[in-house]
This record gives sequence, structure tokens and C-alpha cells, in this order.
Amino acid sequence: MTRLLQIEFIKLWNNRASKVLILAYFVLLTSIALVAAVKFDIGPIKFHLAEQGIFNFPYIWHFNAFITAFFKLFLAIVIVSMMANEYSNKTIKQNLIDGLSKKEFILSKFLTVVTFALISTVFVFAVSLVLGLFYSNFTEINIIFSGLEFLLAFFVKLVGFFSFCLFLGILVKRSAFALGFLILWQVFETFIRGIIRWRFFDAETTDIVMGFFPLNAMWNLIKEPFTRLSAVQTAVNQMGEEVVLNYHVHWYEILIVLAWTAIFIYGSYALLKKRDL
Amino acid sequence: MSTILTVNHLTKKFGYLTAVKDLSFTIEKGNVYGILGPNGSGKSTTLGIVLNVVNATQGDFAWFDGTTTTHQALKKVGAIIERPNFYPYMTALQNLKLVCKIKEVSEEKIEEKLELVGLLDRKNSKFRTYSLGMKQRLAIASALLNDPEILILDEPTNGLDPQGIHQIREIIKKIASQGTTILLASHLLDEVEKVCSHVIILRKGEKLYSGRVDGLLASHGFFELKTDNLDNLKSYLEKHASFGKIKLENGCITAILKEEMNAGELNKTLFDQGITLSHLVKRKESLEEQFLTLTKNQSN
Repeated sequence: MTRLLQIEFIKLWNNRASKVLILAYFVLLTSIALVAAVKFDIGPIKFHLAEQGIFNFPYIWHFNAFITAFFKLFLAIVIVSMMANEYSNKTIKQNLIDGLSKKEFILSKFLTVVTFALISTVFVFAVSLVLGLFYSNFTEINIIFSGLEFLLAFFVKLVGFFSFCLFLGILVKRSAFALGFLILWQVFETFIRGIIRWRFFDAETTDIVMGFFPLNAMWNLIKEPFTRLSAVQTAVNQMGEEVVLNYHVHWYEILIVLAWTAIFIYGSYALLKKRDL
Repeated sequence: MSTILTVNHLTKKFGYLTAVKDLSFTIEKGNVYGILGPNGSGKSTTLGIVLNVVNATQGDFAWFDGTTTTHQALKKVGAIIERPNFYPYMTALQNLKLVCKIKEVSEEKIEEKLELVGLLDRKNSKFRTYSLGMKQRLAIASALLNDPEILILDEPTNGLDPQGIHQIREIIKKIASQGTTILLASHLLDEVEKVCSHVIILRKGEKLYSGRVDGLLASHGFFELKTDNLDNLKSYLEKHASFGKIKLENGCITAILKEEMNAGELNKTLFDQGITLSHLVKRKESLEEQFLTLTKNQSN
């Protein structure tokens, strides 16, 4: 296993573009801490974002997992191109001739993806912990470590999304087209949602059906955290509206994303096995 | 003698096109094999199949004694297919280190192999800065990293300039002299003739011949003769029972033998007949001539 990871590491780390993107990604993950510095001080209006409760445990896990998940697009570029470049450089052929089996080839890519997701999760955990310890109103151990399921969801979300990228890289073989396909797929899911809502079901059933589509399933894992903020809730309540909160991570949502991950990885393997290079 | 590769009734179809048709052969250790055939005769497809990058439609193959999986076996094989494929953004050294990781061999042979192909002083240059000849030599170095049981080369001199071709041939000869089994696919007949002891000849995916180079055609060779009185010589030879076809071209008579005869004997007989030769050479057909005869015979 370490051998497969080392192989992939040599390929990635010696590529300047990949290296820059990977570093940029982790810098961005850390930059979430900069939110703490958002401070307005215009005469009577004093606003300090860090004091609005976004860095309170356990809310911070939810908030940071949600925000940092957007940065995954940076790594998506790296992952799609690390797959597609093997085709355009024909190095995949050479790798197989040199004695890497097709299974090992896919496994080395998948392990890399899992490693990326794992490191990201650890990063977000560390950054959030430090931020929380600085700004949180509650610092009791059992409160700090509650709500960690959001980090699990974050990890699963990343693995699922990156597996999708890998699959597209193999399917399309060109990085630019594969990224285009990813965007196209997002549009397609939105389009399907519209059709289903318009023709077939009510809003609730549509959500359930859409929950089975890959990108929607990944999105569902971590719901938007803003309505959970007490400041927002107070504001909404003052307007006479009721806030229905359903922000939890559900086991079946994790299961759906894991199933998609399995389908994408197995699909990549099946494609590679079937094709002549 | 141990077997390195056995191919049984291999068939590959690309849609309606049959690239390889019911092909069987074996590769024995220590010989230098050539796979010959015009472009599109299925050479590269056959190599692709045994190297695990092309799926066979029918038939099978076994590496060594057939007990190891193909990808494990390939770690004991060195192969270059058509064009050298490396990571363009990595240096020669980084690329070779990667190959070592894949093949699970130590990195200590890298310098030695780069030395062999004459690239040691460029080892820290990026692959994309290499000329085609250098890329091809790097590919050979890479294929040799594991001191392979067999070296497979597919059109190794394709697209190279004369100097590059010469360098690659010298390297191949050097490797062959060390006792490494080599399988060389080429459409360049003189290339195969110069280095190979055995040939497999393909045409449109079918095997026309496999065996030793000198057993290709059961011929007795031919004489090239010159004399002052060509007509006299020609009519004498045409009457002689040992000769088949007699050709007169550019003032030189080519007489194909039907049975064994040595040059001295012919010289004496002709002298006795009052014909003095100014030029007498006994030759065997070149591989090219034999190849053309063979492919012509088959197509009739």
C-alpha cells in the first residue's frame, strides 16, 4: 500500500502545477481562520464576526466543514488531471507494461484520494479546534468533542467527490473536458430536479428522489449552517417566521455517498479493464 | 532450455477487422527473436496483448512457466512499445526512480543503465527537453533497470536519424551479447537480419513462418557471375541441370541453384568450357529477398 502511495506521490509532487494547487488548497483551508478577523467598526455599529457565535463549539465543526468543503474544487482539478494526464502522456500504458496491474493502478489513485480527504479532515479539525479554543464561549471537553459527525461527513463528502473526479478522468481522458463534464453534470442534476418537481412530485418527495443523485447526495451530507446561528434565528423569529431545523448528518446520506464512491471506483476499474490502450 | 513466453491460438478483432488471427509461437531463453511484417500486420497488437495493455478476443498466453500472474511476470520483462512514454515534467532520474518503484527493484542500477545508453550527463534534464533519440535510449535504460529475462522492443529505431539508429543498434547488440533474450518487432528487415537468430513472420495477422533465420527458405543460394562473353555463359548455364532461373541484369548474370554446388567447382567447369570469369560470388538470399518470396508465395 505504501508502495502505491509512493508511486502516486512521485508523479504528483514533481509536477509543478499540481504542487502549487495542492499547497494553495491547504493554505485556503487554513485561511478559514481569517474569518475571525472580519470586524466592522463604523461609529456606533460594532460588528465582530468571531463574536457572533460562529466559533462556538460544537457549531464550529458544522460551520467550518460546510465552508471548507467548497475548496475541494481546487483538488478536483489536481485529481482529474492526474488521471487524464496518464492517458495524454500514455504513461498509463507504460505503467502497466512495467508491471503495475490494472487493479493496483486504480488502487493507487483511490488511496491518494483517500489520503487527500484524510489530510483535509485533519487540517480542518486542527484549525477549527484552535479557532474554537480562542473564540468559543464554551470550552468544556464534552462540548468541544460533540458534533464531530460533521467532520466524518466532510471526509465522506470529499472521498465521494474525488472518486467522481477520478471516474470522469478515466471516462473522458482529457482533463479540461472532464472538468467540463463535471459542471455539465451539476447542471443536469438541477435540470432533473426541475423536471421532477414540475411533472411528478411535491417538494418533499423531489428532495428524497434527488438525494440519490451523486452530487446532490454529497451536498446533502452537510446542510447549510447559517439558520442554526442564534443571531439569524432571532432575526427570523422577530419577523414572525418559524425556523425548522434539520441540520443533522443522517446515516443513510453517508451510505448513499459511500455507495456512489464504490460505483465510481469499480466503474473506473471496469472501464480500464475493458479498454485497449 | 527454458520457455519464456508461450502464445496459444491468439486472436484479436477490432470490430470487423481481425488484427491477429490464431497466432501461436513460443519464445525460448537465450535467443534473439524478430517479429517481421509490414505495417499493420499485427506485430504491435500481439506485443500489446502479451504486455497486458490490449485484451485478446480469443486464445491465451503464459509467461515463464505459467504460474505467475501477468503483471508479476512483467516485472521480469523489459519492454518498449512504439514511442517512449514518460512523465514529461520529470527528469530522467525521477522517471527511472518511479519505474524502480513500480517494478519493485532497488534504485542502484539507475546510474549504470544511464551510462550504458550514454545519458548519464543528462540525467537531471527534464524528459520533455530530450530529442527523440535520447527519449528512445532512456526507454531502453528504463526497460533494463530490472535486468530483465527478456527485452521486448517494438520498432526501436522508428523515426530516428541514421546516427540514432546506429546508436540503438549498437546498444541492442551489446545487450544481446550479454545473453539477454530479445524480441524485436520491426518492418526493417536488415535490422532483424543483423541481430536476430530466429524470426516470426506475420502478414495480415497470420503467421507465415516461425523458426531460425537461416531455415527460412530451403535454398542453396545463388551465383553472381560476370564474363566477357555473357551470351555464351548464359546459354551454357541454362542447359546445366544444377541451375534453375538465370537472370541477366546490368551485365551480371544471377544463377539460382537447385542443388548444392561450391564456387570452386563451378569456376573449374566453366574454365574447362573455355569461359573465363571476371567476377564470381556465391551468396545466400538476404532476409529481404526471402521475405518477399515468402509473402509472394503466400499471396498467390
